[in-house]
Amino acid sequence: MENIVIIAAVLVPLLPLLAAGLTAFLKREQRGLSASLVIGAQAIACAISFYLLLFAMVEDKGEPGIVRSFFNFSWLTFGHETLQLGLLLDPLSAGMAAMVSFVSLLIFIYSLGYMHEDRNFTRFFTFLGLFSGAMLGVVLSNSLLLTFVAWELVGLASYLLIGFWFHKPEAAAAAKKAFITTRVGDMGLLIGMFWLYKASGTLLFYDHGAGCLEQTALASMAKIGFCGMALSNVIALLIFCGAAGKSGQFPLHVWLPDAMEGPTPVSALIHAATMVAAGVYLVARVFPIFTATGPHSASLLAVAGIGAFTALFAALIAVAQVDIKRILAYSTVSQLGFMMLALGVGSVGAAMLHLLAHAFFKALLFLGAGSVIHGIHEEQDIRNMGGLWRKMPVTFMTYTVGMLALAGFPVLFSGFWSKDAILHAAHLWPVSQAPFYMAVAAAFLTAFYMTRQMAYVFFGDYRGNAAHPHESPDVMTIPLVLLAAAALLMSLPATPAWPWYEEFLAGKTPALELAALWEPGFLHIATTSLAIVFFGIGLGWLVYGRRALGDVDPLQAAAAPLYRALANRLYVDELYHATLVRPLRGVGYVMAWVDRQILAGIVRAVAWVSFLVSAISNGMDRFLINFGFDSSCDALREYGGGIASCEGGRVQGYLRVLCIGIVALLALVGWLLA
Amino acid sequence: MSNSLTILTFLPLLGALLVVLIPARKTVLLRAVGIVITLAALAFALGLAFQYDRAAGGLQYLEQRAWIPSLHIEYYLAADGLSLLLLVLAALVTPFALFALGDRSTKLGVGLILALETTLFGTFTALNFIHWFLYYELSLVPAFLLIRMGGSAKATAAATQFFIYTLFAGFAMLLGFLAIHQATGTFNLSELAGLAHKAKLGHALSAAFPGLPWINLLVFGGIFAGLAVKVPVVPFHTWLPDAYAEAPAPVSMLLTGLLSKMGVYGFLRLLIPLFPGLMQHLQLPLFGFALVTIIYSALAALGQKDLKRIVAYSSINHLGYCLLGLFAVTATLHGPVNDRAAAMNGVLLQIFNHGLTAAALFCFIGFIERRSGGLRGLNDFGGLRDAAPVLAGLMGIALFSSLGLPGLNGFAGEFLIFKGAFALAPLPSALAAIGLFVTAVFLLTLIERVFTGPLDAGWLTFPDLTVGERFTVAPAIALMFVLGICPQILIALFNQTVLHLLP
Repeated sequence: MENIVIIAAVLVPLLPLLAAGLTAFLKREQRGLSASLVIGAQAIACAISFYLLLFAMVEDKGEPGIVRSFFNFSWLTFGHETLQLGLLLDPLSAGMAAMVSFVSLLIFIYSLGYMHEDRNFTRFFTFLGLFSGAMLGVVLSNSLLLTFVAWELVGLASYLLIGFWFHKPEAAAAAKKAFITTRVGDMGLLIGMFWLYKASGTLLFYDHGAGCLEQTALASMAKIGFCGMALSNVIALLIFCGAAGKSGQFPLHVWLPDAMEGPTPVSALIHAATMVAAGVYLVARVFPIFTATGPHSASLLAVAGIGAFTALFAALIAVAQVDIKRILAYSTVSQLGFMMLALGVGSVGAAMLHLLAHAFFKALLFLGAGSVIHGIHEEQDIRNMGGLWRKMPVTFMTYTVGMLALAGFPVLFSGFWSKDAILHAAHLWPVSQAPFYMAVAAAFLTAFYMTRQMAYVFFGDYRGNAAHPHESPDVMTIPLVLLAAAALLMSLPATPAWPWYEEFLAGKTPALELAALWEPGFLHIATTSLAIVFFGIGLGWLVYGRRALGDVDPLQAAAAPLYRALANRLYVDELYHATLVRPLRGVGYVMAWVDRQILAGIVRAVAWVSFLVSAISNGMDRFLINFGFDSSCDALREYGGGIASCEGGRVQGYLRVLCIGIVALLALVGWLLA
Repeated sequence: MSNSLTILTFLPLLGALLVVLIPARKTVLLRAVGIVITLAALAFALGLAFQYDRAAGGLQYLEQRAWIPSLHIEYYLAADGLSLLLLVLAALVTPFALFALGDRSTKLGVGLILALETTLFGTFTALNFIHWFLYYELSLVPAFLLIRMGGSAKATAAATQFFIYTLFAGFAMLLGFLAIHQATGTFNLSELAGLAHKAKLGHALSAAFPGLPWINLLVFGGIFAGLAVKVPVVPFHTWLPDAYAEAPAPVSMLLTGLLSKMGVYGFLRLLIPLFPGLMQHLQLPLFGFALVTIIYSALAALGQKDLKRIVAYSSINHLGYCLLGLFAVTATLHGPVNDRAAAMNGVLLQIFNHGLTAAALFCFIGFIERRSGGLRGLNDFGGLRDAAPVLAGLMGIALFSSLGLPGLNGFAGEFLIFKGAFALAPLPSALAAIGLFVTAVFLLTLIERVFTGPLDAGWLTFPDLTVGERFTVAPAIALMFVLGICPQILIALFNQTVLHLLP
């Protein structure tokens, strides 16, 4: 990597991080300074990211294939081993970094307006800077360890921002739930990382042939078996655990809808456009491990299956939600399922294309939802909206663009092309057609629930309580317009006629080939998806668009039990609460009890036993063993007293005894001599 | 022959004597003397660490004098990377605790803390068993009296329990070493390690006690029990939560930051060098101890309602990872040297980082207690972040450091332990990851209950950290970042020593 590029690549994540570090020291009142520091740093980082993208595009290839520039540096030396971290610039990371920094910048600006009245405005920008820096770290990392480090920091930023309105217990609980649920997946990722380290001896992705994603390491991992599977697949599945947690894949999706407790710009940036896509990005990054044993490896089967299931499952739940942001949240889960499906069937290009397109239109939808919420005074229930297209024209227009893109409306909208690419890839998958049909069903539901949402929010009569719905200020609508433009423009590099992005990813020179649009394979899928979209929107309009909407959803009236089950998110949360959360807490209490009563009890018992023993031995000493001794002592003392009285200290007495003694002695001597 | 280690060891004791001479009412002066002396000791310890020849490694600053030759007791001091790491930690945490003691400094408190520092320095440098044991056991006296300063009847009971429990364990260890002395005629730890290295120690023991076929296991068991109580290893831990919870917070800082490290140090200095073969043989039960310690203590922490007890159990959990790393190293005597060095380096990092972080956490809990009039229940608060944002932010950093967040100090040690241990013993390491998960659950629950939610009406005027308190914790927080981003600072100090220490 050339020096200037190294510096540029280092600066991209570092600048927002530094800005975050600086603003952490600011006082609550220094709002302007905090925002300008973070936004300024982000703007520079964004400019540099585009420079890097340009660099990756025009870089002299010399040979065919993907050009990767990396820069590794040592972090730790232990034993005789050096652990390196590094940064990597390739088409995958360059495109992702440009998207992340651009969407972040727009949302930072939007936050100026949205968070204007918040007491902790200063801190909000600190957290945003932390997030952006960490996320760009995930994107540009050339080491699974550095990825993991940044990954956890992204999780921290997400935790802090979901719980930003910490005085709300729901927000605090949602933040905790997000961190802990993703940590379940992260434990898998962590173990996968150690296993990868053990198997390949390095955590660097690319290192002149010695990296863990390069031929030597992959070949060795594919050969070793573990429980009937190739080691590469075991490691890949463990890494996928982490990806599934971050990207809200079933069964770890439960945190993402709750994360909507955070401020809307956060939902847009972190829980729709960028962080939740990190899981998809990670799988795309370590894709060579997934394919080490071939394009239909066991690990990829799992990815495809879980992706397709999640896409359909979340789309179903989205149909019966009434919170404008939760609908979008389930739609995000569903779309991430699409991306995982694309990866599973082997198309990194389609997955990444959908990731980028989705980032723009989903950020747009969330910011639009934020604008709506802002305009009708913090109301989020779509049953209390309606008729807003008149009051909020800019929001309405841009939201429509986002909605059509998400629904996959043909030709003009980026979502159409990217979703088509996924359907196409799923259709060509030789293993099974089930994921394809699940994706088709999910696509239909997407069009349906988005039409439902549009009907509830923008059409009909206004049903809300807040007086005077109003359009949002320019600082909020301009990002909407820019994102809407991006949602449209992203179509350009995405069509089969000029598949610029996919070719760029694959390291090929893109060529314009209009004939590709008439290819029967493409046409077949395109017409299918066209039909689905029209059917979904049409049915949605039929059910929701032609009548005055009230508190009871027409679907609820038609099929109450089904609607109730969907509205309750198919009871997954309740299931986890009963089977995991409460038992874990219970085990904690049991352990605490065991500790206090049993283990500490044993110690107490030992203490009591020693007291008892000492009391007994005391008694024995006094009354048993010492008894004879004591009594003889007493007797001795008594007699001693008698004897002692002889020696009372009176001289007369002594003399008397002495006289008697002498007399006696003389008598004795006399008797002896006689 | 230099005298630097002797000077360092007795510097705090000198301070304690000075404190004895100062009238009790001059608390400011007492505190100043304590702080100056401990900071001087810190500078001295840092100086030794900087001057230490890292490339050579091994024992340096040697002092060896005859003491009681007839009993083979020498005055034998030296320091390697491991000793220096712990000297620096002790020298760092002691002034931290004195600062945290703040205006509650008393003559007795300052004097005892200084005396305790001397026993710690002595423990971490003495290399003749009797010499070492003297400091090891003497440390109990100031610790006992300091815990009693908690004042309540419970504190007295906890102190007594702590004293008797650890003293008793110490006797088990002493008996073990007397048997070793009987067999080998030396108390010199370096010589004993040399004998063990040549596999002569076991034979010597068997030969000396022909009637006792289990003598090796017996001696090992005695020493293990002595250290296990100190670390502590579950189920020998029951003295710990009571002691940590009932002692005044600055004392808990010393207990968790330093005294618990004596146990791990003992493992590294006494047990592993003397019984590597036996420990490899016993790897299954040892891994069992490590895993039970890690998982059981994490789950028990989840069930606690008292902030101090949560951090106390979390301390047991963190030291459990040290055990995992150590036992992974002893289980694979012929394993790849880099993996073993990784685990061992990780253990040493973890010792230091846990000492720093746990001390900081107890310091914060002390700050909370002072404001709440002694309340420290998990459910006694709510929304404190609103009233005391700086306290919430800084304590949050310490909590995430404890949780092992990358970028803060806790991560690097755990990463290296798991890196090494997973390569050496995959199954126990994978199971131990459960502990990492549960740790996140109880620490985030702590944050949720104490700092978030609506501000409890009783705490509307809960004061934020004072300037003095901010300066007290600032160095610790700064170190968490520095050591998180650049753990090589510490590893460079002891990597060579680790290679020497690997059995």
